[in-house]
Amino acid sequence: MAVDQEQIITSKRDVVGRTNLKQFPWWFLIILAIAGYMTIRIIIDPLYQGIFNTILQGIGTTLYVTVISFVFALLLGLILGLGRVSTNPIWRNLSISYIEFIRGVPMLVLIFTISFAVVPMFARTFGLSNNSVSLTTRAIIALVLIYGAYIAEIFRAGIESIGRGQSEAARSLGMSRVQSMRYVILPQAIRNVMPALGNDLIALLKDTSLVSVLGVREMTQVARLSVSTSFRYEETYFILTLFYLTMTLVLSLLLQWLQRRVGAKG
Amino acid sequence: MNTPATEPMIKIEDVSKYYGSFRALDRVSLNVNSGEVLMIVGPSGSGKSTLLRCINHLEIPDEGRIVVDGITVNNNEAHINAVRAEVGMVFQRFELFPHLTVLENICLAQQKVRKRSRQESDQIAWQLLEKVGIPEQANKHPPQLSGGQQQRVAIARSLAMQPKVMLFDEPTSALDPEMIKEVLDVMLDLAREGMTMVVVSHEMGFARNAAHKVVFMDQGRVIEQGAPDTVFSNPQHERTKLFLSRILR
Ligand SMILES: Nc1ncnc2c1ncn2[C@@H]1O[C@H](COP(=O)(O)OP(=O)(O)OP(=O)(O)O)[C@@H](O)[C@H]1O
Ligand SMILES: [Mg+2]
Repeated sequence: MAVDQEQIITSKRDVVGRTNLKQFPWWFLIILAIAGYMTIRIIIDPLYQGIFNTILQGIGTTLYVTVISFVFALLLGLILGLGRVSTNPIWRNLSISYIEFIRGVPMLVLIFTISFAVVPMFARTFGLSNNSVSLTTRAIIALVLIYGAYIAEIFRAGIESIGRGQSEAARSLGMSRVQSMRYVILPQAIRNVMPALGNDLIALLKDTSLVSVLGVREMTQVARLSVSTSFRYEETYFILTLFYLTMTLVLSLLLQWLQRRVGAKG
Repeated sequence: MNTPATEPMIKIEDVSKYYGSFRALDRVSLNVNSGEVLMIVGPSGSGKSTLLRCINHLEIPDEGRIVVDGITVNNNEAHINAVRAEVGMVFQRFELFPHLTVLENICLAQQKVRKRSRQESDQIAWQLLEKVGIPEQANKHPPQLSGGQQQRVAIARSLAMQPKVMLFDEPTSALDPEMIKEVLDVMLDLAREGMTMVVVSHEMGFARNAAHKVVFMDQGRVIEQGAPDTVFSNPQHERTKLFLSRILR
């Protein structure tokens, strides 16, 4: 597998090396040009600079919410994904109903439902007051519960992509179901789903903008608050767009680089 | 787990296996003695793989019973795992673990099932790699090896568990012709050392040199069994004759 990837990568390089103009990634230049133009405006125009600095205050929260949510969503997704393929009927059926439930409801609706109905319900059950759970925490809980279901499907597909022969080989060596999953199936499945998980991380980064509806002061919310007093719609939202675009592009390049490193090792 | 010398190592009694209403095995009875090499031949779909898979419970027989080394295999998971550790299985497509090196492939089950230390399992793995003739490949990953080398690693991986029985399901039929011999040689060595083996294969050379008994199966049933020479040169049943005339040519 690793060898194939290497070959694909080198053959792509050959094409660029021969300056085949049709193959050149022009789209990247176009995006770079737009981003570059915006950056220059930000540098030379004090108005742009002010808005840029305002939105910058939200980037920490955006990144924090993204990273924490992703880590816990991975855990939840693994539990649900394993449940999805489990022979235990209770675990399996609970997992499937949870996943189907989440996937059947719009994300914005889920964010409201989880933050303002589910979390308070649980808080009450544990004798906590309604506002003892911060809005940022509620946002994270909502994103974890939503993305856990999406990521579960990724893990399920990854596990099912490993041929039955592998688990039979493991079982015929005397390994238990759990051992076979842990040492033989999952390591291969996880390697196979790395690109899909990367896509979900990028999607999650973008979807953190939705929790602005809770008043969490991430980038989108900061931009909205700023606009409500400055009325600089065009400048603010263009700069906000640039922020997300830059972050997703950087993240995607980072993931590709990571992917190549892992692929080269195997 | 000790059995008196008179008890067969594998006792298959009236085993039937259904897939839906299709009967893949039809009241199969067979004995394999300790140290015996049993060869199973038969047309595609005759139930050879199903029978092997029943012996180490990758499939559960619907009727009848299988006793391996004095233990009746039942449906208890821990029990099945215990029996499987005593029964090695070699697959047509090798089924090595591609994310592990050759050495790790041979060590994994030793450490997780037999609870051997890293050092001990490493040592056993090196010995077995010497035995199958590819110690220089120890730190490579399986996809970097030729088919013949991969199958030899698979055999070593099974042997590391020190099984009492080895099952082979068409171990050479996914190999290029020039690699078949290196795998058969390893199997021949094993047979000479007195390993109890059940081999599904149409390698007549191996049958003549190593097998003590040949079983011909068709449509889930054992049609004929006996010494290799007898079955091959003087088959009693029409279906055996027809099948042999096709593969012997
Ligand atoms: N999981 C299954 N579900 C349904 N039918 C099956 C299954 N496994 C095997 N069979 C059927 O059972 C019959 C016996 O299969 P088996 O694999 O044992 O044959 P075989 O003798 O090993 O054949 P081959 O030489 O092609 O490997 C075949 O007709 C096959 O289609
Ligand atoms: Mg078969």
